[in-house]
Amino acid sequence: MKLKGAEILLQCLKQEGVDTIFGYPGGQILPVYDALYSSDIRHILVRHEQGAAHAADGYARATGKVGVCISTSGPGATNLVTGIATAYMDSIPMVCFTGQVGTSFIGKDAFQEADITGITLPITKHNYLIERTEDVAKIVKEAFYIARTNRPGPVVVDLPKDVMEREIEYEPDREEVNIKGYRVMKGFNTGQVITAVEMIKEARRPVIYAGGGVIASNASAELRELAEKRKIPVTATLMALGCFPSLNYLSLGMLGMHGTRYANYAMGESDLIIAVGVRFDDRVTGKIDGFAPNAKIIHIDIDAAEIGKNVNINVPIVGDVKEVLQAINKRLDEVEGSSEWLTAIDRWKDEFPIRYPASVEGRIMPQEVIERIYQRTQGEAIITTEVGQNQMWTAQFYKFKHPRNFITSGGLGTMGYGFPAAIGAQIACPDKKVIDIAGDGSIQMNIQELGTAVEYKLPVIICILNNQFLGMVRQWQGLFYEKRYSFVDISHQPDFVKLAEAYGAIGIRVKKVEEIDDALNRAFETTDRPVVIDFWVEREADVFPMVPPGAALTNMLGGGLK
Amino acid sequence: MRNHTLAVTVENKPGVLTRVATLFRRRGYNIDSLTVGTTENPGISRMTIVVQGDESVIEQVTKQLYKLVDVIKIVDVTNERAVDRELVLIKVKADNTVRADIVQIVDIFRARIVDIGRSSLIIEATGDSGKIDAIEESLRPFGIVELVRTGKISMVRGTK
Ligand SMILES: Cc1cc2nc3c(=O)[nH]c(=O)nc-3n(C[C@H](O)[C@H](O)[C@H](O)COP(=O)(O)OP(=O)(O)OC[C@H]3O[C@@H](n4cnc5c(N)ncnc54)[C@H](O)[C@@H]3O)c2cc1C
Ligand SMILES: Cc1ncc(C[n+]2csc(CCOP(=O)(O)OP(=O)(O)O)c2C)c(N)n1
Repeated sequence: MKLKGAEILLQCLKQEGVDTIFGYPGGQILPVYDALYSSDIRHILVRHEQGAAHAADGYARATGKVGVCISTSGPGATNLVTGIATAYMDSIPMVCFTGQVGTSFIGKDAFQEADITGITLPITKHNYLIERTEDVAKIVKEAFYIARTNRPGPVVVDLPKDVMEREIEYEPDREEVNIKGYRVMKGFNTGQVITAVEMIKEARRPVIYAGGGVIASNASAELRELAEKRKIPVTATLMALGCFPSLNYLSLGMLGMHGTRYANYAMGESDLIIAVGVRFDDRVTGKIDGFAPNAKIIHIDIDAAEIGKNVNINVPIVGDVKEVLQAINKRLDEVEGSSEWLTAIDRWKDEFPIRYPASVEGRIMPQEVIERIYQRTQGEAIITTEVGQNQMWTAQFYKFKHPRNFITSGGLGTMGYGFPAAIGAQIACPDKKVIDIAGDGSIQMNIQELGTAVEYKLPVIICILNNQFLGMVRQWQGLFYEKRYSFVDISHQPDFVKLAEAYGAIGIRVKKVEEIDDALNRAFETTDRPVVIDFWVEREADVFPMVPPGAALTNMLGGGLK
Repeated sequence: MRNHTLAVTVENKPGVLTRVATLFRRRGYNIDSLTVGTTENPGISRMTIVVQGDESVIEQVTKQLYKLVDVIKIVDVTNERAVDRELVLIKVKADNTVRADIVQIVDIFRARIVDIGRSSLIIEATGDSGKIDAIEESLRPFGIVELVRTGKISMVRGTK
């Protein structure tokens, strides 16, 4: 069969099970768009390539499948970069296709040439420049394989125009991927598992510190089995919220800089930390010397380079979370009754619940909006966030029930991520309610995607916690720079209701607490277009409690009375 | 802190050197020297990387290098019985009054004179880093005009 490179590419995508791609066309990627014209792969036309990358990422996080996006060369490709870096930092499987100038023009500063493989080298798991049409099938297969196996991550595939245009004789092959320098991790060290089991049996104050690896490994059930069998409290990183139900009596909520006091206190007192698919991020550990000073640490991670990277580990187990937890669970019996440890934790929970002060002038407290969203959804929705206070309040006040229902940019902290990610999640899960909890700053970074959401009739709800500040930065200036609010006032802003309407979406403004539920109800009843709710909230509310930068985890500020 | 020598087998593909170099730069590891060359297999190249750091740094370097898809194998040859070689070319000032002295030094180190100019000589030497350092030091009093070292290549002894 004679096929063009572009046609081979699309055939390969179908072989990989790709049903949807997010993209934006341009000159050098024309051959692929021409092939897409008559393909049954669904292409979602975004309004900015960054939106395509985040949407593909949101799609991946919601489903566990590889997200796919595509752009033209030069500016199209560079517009993807923030999205690629976001996925890289959070270990999200993605394949990004970029147009490239013809092979004979490469290196000549041709029109719209950018060295995208060079640019993305440090923010991809791997990348490729396809130089021959004959290599298309093999490289595409490798790209998907690398993106989704072991520790997942984004892979960029650069497609020169002539490589896509050339016709060659093509037969699909079923060969297995075989890359000399890349092996899929199988199995684990049983001796280490046995040591870990013994330590778990002997521990008196154990804590499970669960991370994004639990979600990547689809191991929520195994995690829950371990926790419930041995009555071990579980704290989750921002990336893992939902991997263990927030309402379970063993849940400690999030740990770290804006975690709960009881999670951080538990880490401080613990004698055994079972770290599962985590990377000991500085937002979690605080000052390293003060991190879990009384505990031995078991660390399960598929990436050997994560072990001992930031914190010394007593029992490293390199392997897949699901497999390793199964092996551990098999060797452990159930324990009955409560323990002094759980009693101590309950006392902390009573004494230091997550709470927030009442509003001063009858303004809506942003935290209350989150609580109402939780009440309306009962935890049965996909929640995305932007970055800043909106993100932290969501982590603190929304009660997550299921994995893959909380989608947020943790590692890179990308403002403008939440809305396009919500679009990707809504495309992936048309039957779920998808809500982006946003700040008024962040939402303006990719607001143009309202066009996409309206075009595809996506009923995503955007809840803007509008404090007319770059709130998180203002909070730091308030706490650490003597309230010198330097360039954080963004009260010059569009009328978000009118803006929504201009795009063909619904806009609702909410200024009073009494209006919150009605607005949410109206938004939930809308099924054919996005809804923007502009909540005017208390301008100077802060996220508490908080571990100040450089302090030990147990050294928390704030968290006042309700 | 000491130097470690890593023998790294990589795919012979464009961009591999950049990937390795970018990794070292990004993670802040110090490269002392890096050599690349082909091997008996045309698809495979061999890098010899001399890197500074304590055991934990070397462990991280190794693990991070392994994550590069084009890296096939890494052997830390520091503590292995290995043959290490460097090549150096040294242009040294040499008028008639000192030529004999220089020739003597060249003989002692089993180096070679590969070019003779009116007032200088080019000397070629191979050996482990210690020997290269020593010859450099011995010639320094005469005045070194130019010096270039290749960096180290290593091979483990025996059948391993
Ligand atoms: C404003 C802001 C504030 C923040 N505050 C906090 C905070 O208070 N608390 C907090 O927790 N975070 C916070 N974060 C997020 C933080 O920056 C990190 O993104 C997060 O802590 C990392 O989560 P993680 O350790 O679960 O690792 P992830 O980034 O989710 O990494 C996953 C780990 O699991 C491993 N893994 C992947 N797949 C598998 C598998 N199949 N089997 C085994 N292992 C696997 C990977 O190798 C990796 O080590 C904040 C972010 C922002 C933007
Ligand atoms: C792209 C990008 N630029 C800058 C920052 C730094 N930053 C972190 S939080 C924040 C403020 C966010 O403001 P807003 O979206 O209004 O949310 P709020 O904190 O008020 O909830 C800024 C500027 C960032 N994380 N991302």
